[in-house]
This record gives sequence, C-alpha cells and structure tokens, in this order.
Amino acid sequence: MKKTIITVVGKDTVGIIAKVCTYLAQNSINILDISQTIVQGYFNMMMIVDMNRTEKHFGEIVDELNSLGEEIGVIIKCQKEEIFDKMHRI
Amino acid sequence: MINIFEVAETNQMIEKENLDVRTITLGISLLDCVDSDLEKLKKNIYGKIYEASKDLVKAGEKISRDFGIPIVNKRISVTPIALVGGVACKSKEDFASIAETLDEVAHKVGVNFIGGYSALVSKGMTSADRLLIESIPLALSSTERVCSSVNLGSTKTGINMDAVKLMGEIILQTAEYTKKDDSLGCAKLVVFCNAPDDNPFMAGAFHGVTENDKVINVGVSGPGVVKTALSKVRGENFEVLCETIKKTAFKVTRVGQLVAQEASKMLGVPFGIVDLSLAPTPAIGDSVADILCEIGLEYAGAPGTTAALALLNDQVKKGGVMASSYVGGLSGAFIPVSEDQGMIDAVTAGALTLEKLEAMTCVCSVGLDMIAVPGDTKASTISGMIADEMAIGMVNQKTTAVRVIPVIGKGVGETVEFGGLLGYAPIMPVNRFSCEAFVNRGGRIPAPIHSFKN
Repeated sequence: MKKTIITVVGKDTVGIIAKVCTYLAQNSINILDISQTIVQGYFNMMMIVDMNRTEKHFGEIVDELNSLGEEIGVIIKCQKEEIFDKMHRI
Repeated sequence: MINIFEVAETNQMIEKENLDVRTITLGISLLDCVDSDLEKLKKNIYGKIYEASKDLVKAGEKISRDFGIPIVNKRISVTPIALVGGVACKSKEDFASIAETLDEVAHKVGVNFIGGYSALVSKGMTSADRLLIESIPLALSSTERVCSSVNLGSTKTGINMDAVKLMGEIILQTAEYTKKDDSLGCAKLVVFCNAPDDNPFMAGAFHGVTENDKVINVGVSGPGVVKTALSKVRGENFEVLCETIKKTAFKVTRVGQLVAQEASKMLGVPFGIVDLSLAPTPAIGDSVADILCEIGLEYAGAPGTTAALALLNDQVKKGGVMASSYVGGLSGAFIPVSEDQGMIDAVTAGALTLEKLEAMTCVCSVGLDMIAVPGDTKASTISGMIADEMAIGMVNQKTTAVRVIPVIGKGVGETVEFGGLLGYAPIMPVNRFSCEAFVNRGGRIPAPIHSFKN
C-alpha cells in the first residue's frame, strides 16, 4: 500500500483538524496515523493516509488541500511517503 | 514509521534551505540520425529528440508535485554534434544550422537548455571537429538554449595545445558576437579536461558515445542544507564537522536517487547516474561560499579556503556515494562565481582572486567557472588560463573546466548581469603578463607518466 503524508502548519485556531478530516472523509481517504504538536504557538500536524480508495488524481487532491489551507489560514502539504522514507531510512 | 520530526526536517530543507533537484537531464544518442544530406540529418535530429523528450517536462512536473520537491530544470544532452554532423556539414554555417534545429526542438519540448554542441579533441582534431569549433560563435549567437563544450585534454592523452590556442580565440569571438547581451554566449561555452560522458549539468553536458540510446541523469543540490546543518555544530572539531557534512550529503542525494528512479520509470528510459554536486544559485542561502564561511573563514578566498573546500568536496562524495546506486558526472562542490552570492561578495571585498580560484579548482569538482574578465583580455591569455586549468586536471586525474566570460566593452570594477540562474558578476582582473610565445608553440603536451597504468 502506497502511503501519503499530509502536513498542516500554521497559526493555531479552532477546527483545523475537523476541516481537514472532513475533506479527507468526503474523498474516501483513510487516516492511518495522526500526530500533532504546538511549537511556539504554531500548529503542527502530520497525518499518514491511505489514498487507494479515492477516485481523484493525486494532483487534484494536492490542489484542493492547498485551497482548503488558504481558507483556514494554514499551509497544507501533501507528499508521497517515499521522499521521507528514502531520506531518513537506510 | 516516519515521525513528525523527520517530516518537518525534510520540509524545512525544501522550504527554507533551498533543497531542490537541480536538473533532470535526458541524454539522447543522435548517432542513428547521421545522414550525408544536411536537411535530412536535421529532420532526423528534430524527430528523435522530440519523440524522446516530449513528456520530459510533464514527467518532471508530476514528480515535483508527488513529492513536494522543486525540480528546477529539465534539460537534454545529445551526442557531440561534431560526430553527428561530420558527414553532412561542409561549412561553419552548416554546423550552426544544426544548432538552430537543436534550439527549435528545445523550445518545442520546453527544456531550458540543450547541451552537446560539442567536440572531443583531447588528442587531435578532425576537420569536422575544427569546423564545429569554428562555428561556435555563430551557433551561440544565433540560438538561445544551446550549450557548447569542447574537451581539450585528458590524463590518458595529454593536452591538445592547438585546440587550446584555438579555443582562446573562439571564446573571445563568441564574446564579440554576443556583446549586446554582455557577452552572454560565453556563459554557454565550456572547455574541459577529462570531460565525463554523463554530466547532467550545463553548459558541459553531452551524451557520451559510451552511453545507452537514452538515459536519465539527475543532478541534486543543497548548499543551504549543508550550511544550516553546519551552523548547528559551530566550534566543534573536524571529526564532527565532517560527519555532519557526510550525513547531510547522504540525505540530499537520497532525494536525487528517488527522483531519478521515478523519472526513469515514468519515461521508460534507463537510469544513468546521480550527480551529487553542491551547485549554488544566486538565491540568498544557496551558496557554497557560505558553507566555507560557516566552516570558519571570514570570506571565501581567505587562507585555509583550499583546505576547507577539499574537505567539503570529499565529505560530500563520501556521504553521497552510499545514497545512490550509481554516482557519476562531476559530483562535488561547484564554485561558479556569478552564480554564488557568497563568491560575488568575496570578490567584491577583495578576498578572492583568480589565482586563489585556480588553487581551489585543484580540489573541487570542476574549475574556473562563470568568471567575468575584462573584454580586452588577449586570446593568448585566455588560452594560457585554459592550459593551466587543463594541466591541473590532467595531472590530478580529475575533471577540470574553464568557463570565462570576457565582457566586451567592460573593465575591472564594473559588473555584468546575466540574469536568472546565471546571476551577475564583478569583472575580475587578469594577470597582464604575456604567454603568447608559449601558446603559439603548437602541438600537444604529452600525457603524464602516471597515466601509463596498462
């Protein structure tokens, strides 16, 4: 199974996780793992998700998450897992 | 499983420290395009390059989006044109018309440079080689995206001094032909000793005759990442310093390896090599000179610079080699002047001279690169500079190169602006004593004794 990493960074506010998760649920994207911290007042979240069941193209999801981020006022990035795996695991 | 800190580290490298894949270069052999009819030859060349590379830019963009990593350039390298056009071209103009075909197809498929307007003359020149070299000023002034390179020597063959003399004249002529653009043509022209067949970086990229029909080579970059990593170990000893560079180079190269594999899969073209060079850009924080400063120098060029660069170059290779299944190209630290803000600052401050740069080329991956010199520099002086650099490469069994820009109409103290990735440069003074009698001797310098390893 190919996994995808979604990161959300920005100023903390009410409902960030709710909005992102709603979007993911609507697009049949399954969340496998989620971790979140606040660093110096900034919201930092990482999700590992499975996109196998969504009907949309990867690029479309990236664009839509980008605009969702703009709406909430945070930066949402969506990247395939391999780049992190390659860099941090031998 | 990947944790949040690792993800944050990678994204910090990409967003704040300018980690990027500098180039995906598709090498294409043009040997099967050869024809004695020039028009047919050009049609074959256009057709083959277009067919092979029409999806290159799209593939690059898709990979960039999938992994969230910028891929700055998509480029093409081809078989040295002197080999391909030899039968069909009877004049300089014939050769230059092939350059126009290359330029046309580069525009069509959307790559920003196409390399391989080249001749390999390390021992001798065929008449086709000579014609191609003589056509370079015309070719570079009538095209936008074509890059040219000439290999003038190697450890195995020695240095072709006739070609060195000729190239001094050709570089000056190219400067003259493109003087309305501040002699920009010379920024797309490089001469080599020990040129590699699989270099993905311009201006010296060409597709060697020992290569596959098509091949994907990738160049990674990340001087900013190394600098940031080093800023965390300030004051520590050399062991810690070297370990830090090595680990960082490993991480950067892994990204290159991933991108190379993906591009190879997507385009159905075999993966060639990853070139693990630290290539700077004019952007702030993307400088090799800044790494040297972080190692402990006030400016690049201060005493200790050559040692610091030697250490940096070696650790980058050591870290990168394990990260990629095939390493090649130039692999090391680049020290172009105009493309590196820290180098420019060092020249402006008076810390960095041409002579120090020459010493640095003994231990870095390439040579005298993107150096602007006064427009009234004599051709024989440029040939002398080339000969010095070729000698360093030949004796040390490494690749060396010269890319100098005699800026017509400008002198020391003035600045020249090339724009984009090529940056800007203060014009540097050149030693004013003559080497004319040396350059005019003719013939070649024999290979050094340690080349006889058979």
